[in-house]
Amino acid sequence: MAYEFDWSSIARAWPYLLDGMGTTSFLVAVAMVLGVAFGTVLAILRLFGPRPVVALAAGYVNFFRSIPLILTIFWFFFLVPLVIRAVTGNPYFAVGPVYAAIAAFVLAESAYYCEIIRAGIGSVRAGQLQAARALGMTTAQALLYVVLPQAFRNMTPALINQTVALLKDTSLVYVISLNDFLGAAAKIGQRDGRQVEMFLFAAAVYLALCSLGTMGVHLLQRRGAASRR
Amino acid sequence: MITITNVSKWFGDFRVLIDCTTRIDKGEVVVVCGPSGSGKSTLIKTVNALEPFQQGEITVDGVSVGGLGRGLPKLRARVGMVFQHFELFPHLTVTENLTLAQIRVLGRSKAEALAKGLRYLERVGLAPQRDKYPAQLSGGQQQRVAIARALAMDPIVMLFDEPTSALDPEMVGEVLDVMVGLAGEGMTMMCVTHEMGFARKVSHRVIFMDEGRIVEDCAKDAFFDDSAERSPRAREFLSKILRP
Amino acid sequence: MTYAWDWLIFFKPSVTGEGLYGWMLVKGLGWTVLISLVSWLFALALGTVLGILRTVPDRWLAWPALLYVHCFRNTPLLVQLFLWFFVVPELLPLAWGNAIKQMAPTTGQFLTVVLCLSLYTAAKVAELMRAGIEALPPGQRAAGAAMGLSQIDVYRYVLLPQALRTIVPPLTSDFMNVFKNSAVALTIGLMELTGQSRQLSEFSAQSFEAFTAATLIYMVVTYGVVLVMRHVEKRARIPGMLGVAR
Repeated sequence: MAYEFDWSSIARAWPYLLDGMGTTSFLVAVAMVLGVAFGTVLAILRLFGPRPVVALAAGYVNFFRSIPLILTIFWFFFLVPLVIRAVTGNPYFAVGPVYAAIAAFVLAESAYYCEIIRAGIGSVRAGQLQAARALGMTTAQALLYVVLPQAFRNMTPALINQTVALLKDTSLVYVISLNDFLGAAAKIGQRDGRQVEMFLFAAAVYLALCSLGTMGVHLLQRRGAASRR
Repeated sequence: MITITNVSKWFGDFRVLIDCTTRIDKGEVVVVCGPSGSGKSTLIKTVNALEPFQQGEITVDGVSVGGLGRGLPKLRARVGMVFQHFELFPHLTVTENLTLAQIRVLGRSKAEALAKGLRYLERVGLAPQRDKYPAQLSGGQQQRVAIARALAMDPIVMLFDEPTSALDPEMVGEVLDVMVGLAGEGMTMMCVTHEMGFARKVSHRVIFMDEGRIVEDCAKDAFFDDSAERSPRAREFLSKILRP
Repeated sequence: MTYAWDWLIFFKPSVTGEGLYGWMLVKGLGWTVLISLVSWLFALALGTVLGILRTVPDRWLAWPALLYVHCFRNTPLLVQLFLWFFVVPELLPLAWGNAIKQMAPTTGQFLTVVLCLSLYTAAKVAELMRAGIEALPPGQRAAGAAMGLSQIDVYRYVLLPQALRTIVPPLTSDFMNVFKNSAVALTIGLMELTGQSRQLSEFSAQSFEAFTAATLIYMVVTYGVVLVMRHVEKRARIPGMLGVAR
């Protein structure tokens, strides 16, 4: 190959890249916490709510799972500000790309987290809920103290996997020119003509981070299988 | 204490309980037996409304179970239940299993709940296991803890749903001993069980169910000794269960 | 500021002179479908092979497959696309690199997206295939071997027919993922459905109509795929067996 590598370009771009990584981390952290929280609410609604609510929640989950995440990001970046402008009458309302991205990720990822949590709750023996009720606990208490603790223990591997997927998904904010880690690498690559080094480096970093997550899951699963008698 | 009047339950075409009527008075020990699928587990679960029913009425200590709605947890707190598969909470220690409902449902203080829980744990002979997790105990030990957990709520009646069916034979005795002790103290008990030895020893009355109906409801001696007077189904059941 | 609704925008000519706006969306949908189908076919073929390789006892075959799957599943799709589009042409021998750069832009973009999406999805299919095979009772492999079947025949006549049936549901959801992932093509300039809807919104200022149309089309196609796959699953079911491998 005729290409001449210049790896020092990475060192020169370090602060910019670090900044991008900060944005990525922020997106992942917030989307994960809010996504799991909202996903838990959705899961409980789907499992224990009245019929119309179950249908609504199911519709929500199926909707966000049937359109590309890029399109969801566009919805929040381009259209939600329009709606809010119309509703509040404030013609200057704008949503920064970070908040549009967070909103898109929280809503979309919560659909996936909901399915995981639903399966997790389903993996707890029915007798546990009965026993809790027999002791006089309300459904809320039974869920809070007996079912959910066990469910979350069971679904930790799946939750971690979904969070790794979330990390990969955050790279899509490129489409609204938000400078996450990939965006920063791409920008510098273009500016300095060092796209090869930048993209290779970015790929290596993502690979390392995601590998941590997925190998952690493997360890957890192996330990979980071993401790079961 | 417990009255069951014309209770029926069905799933579409399948009739689970057909017009069941009986009563259990304070201090009575009643054993419910019958072949698989006779509805006995379902019947006992209607008493604390874990199973809903479409027809009839059930009252516990004068309170109608059917119409309670929000008040159900309060009622259930006064009715103790022991399950076939123990259903201890695996993520909590034995002590935490004993105190959780006392604190959250009855509003007892931590100290009070602990004292009471440990007292009943001692009573079933498992005080040294207080800090263990259920998975570290044998089946018989788990069931005894489950009984202590139910007793710690100071129930007015105890329901047992096949408490020894999931146990290895050598552990059945330790659980039955606890139940015999309870009966001796005058606890009102309703037990679904196959253990006829226990029934003979300790029960006052026996209810025999078959295909959703209560076929026999008589005093213990009448059931076991006057079997000639009993229905053909009951006699057939007895002959299979009580092999010489 | 009020938004001026215009649902007839799809029948109006584009300011770029490309034809009606609605036609732009149709072209975009065409690219989406083409990218998805071609990538899916390649991914199925490659993924099946890789999945089988992951389950064979021979380490020299199993480990490279594991490495492939790990790398392609632990980097974001967009990063992989950029690697193929921006980096690989530079790393190839000069003649090849130049040939690639001189390809018609659309052809280059299409081939890159298909290559990237095929390899990415093949890794996922490989994992599904592996799970399906490993979920079979171990006795099946043993019984096949005991009858004297070669390893290839054991896979061909005993393991794969069963495994393939059980993984139809997760495969369906994987195809839907391919369909959704095709949207990344817009980042290198290939205007598939999502890209076209964004262009539509920019040129016509009718953002709501544009994105709504794209959203509805995706939902319709997705639902259609689900229906088709349910049909396939029903016809493929073995009487008496329930299990679904996950």
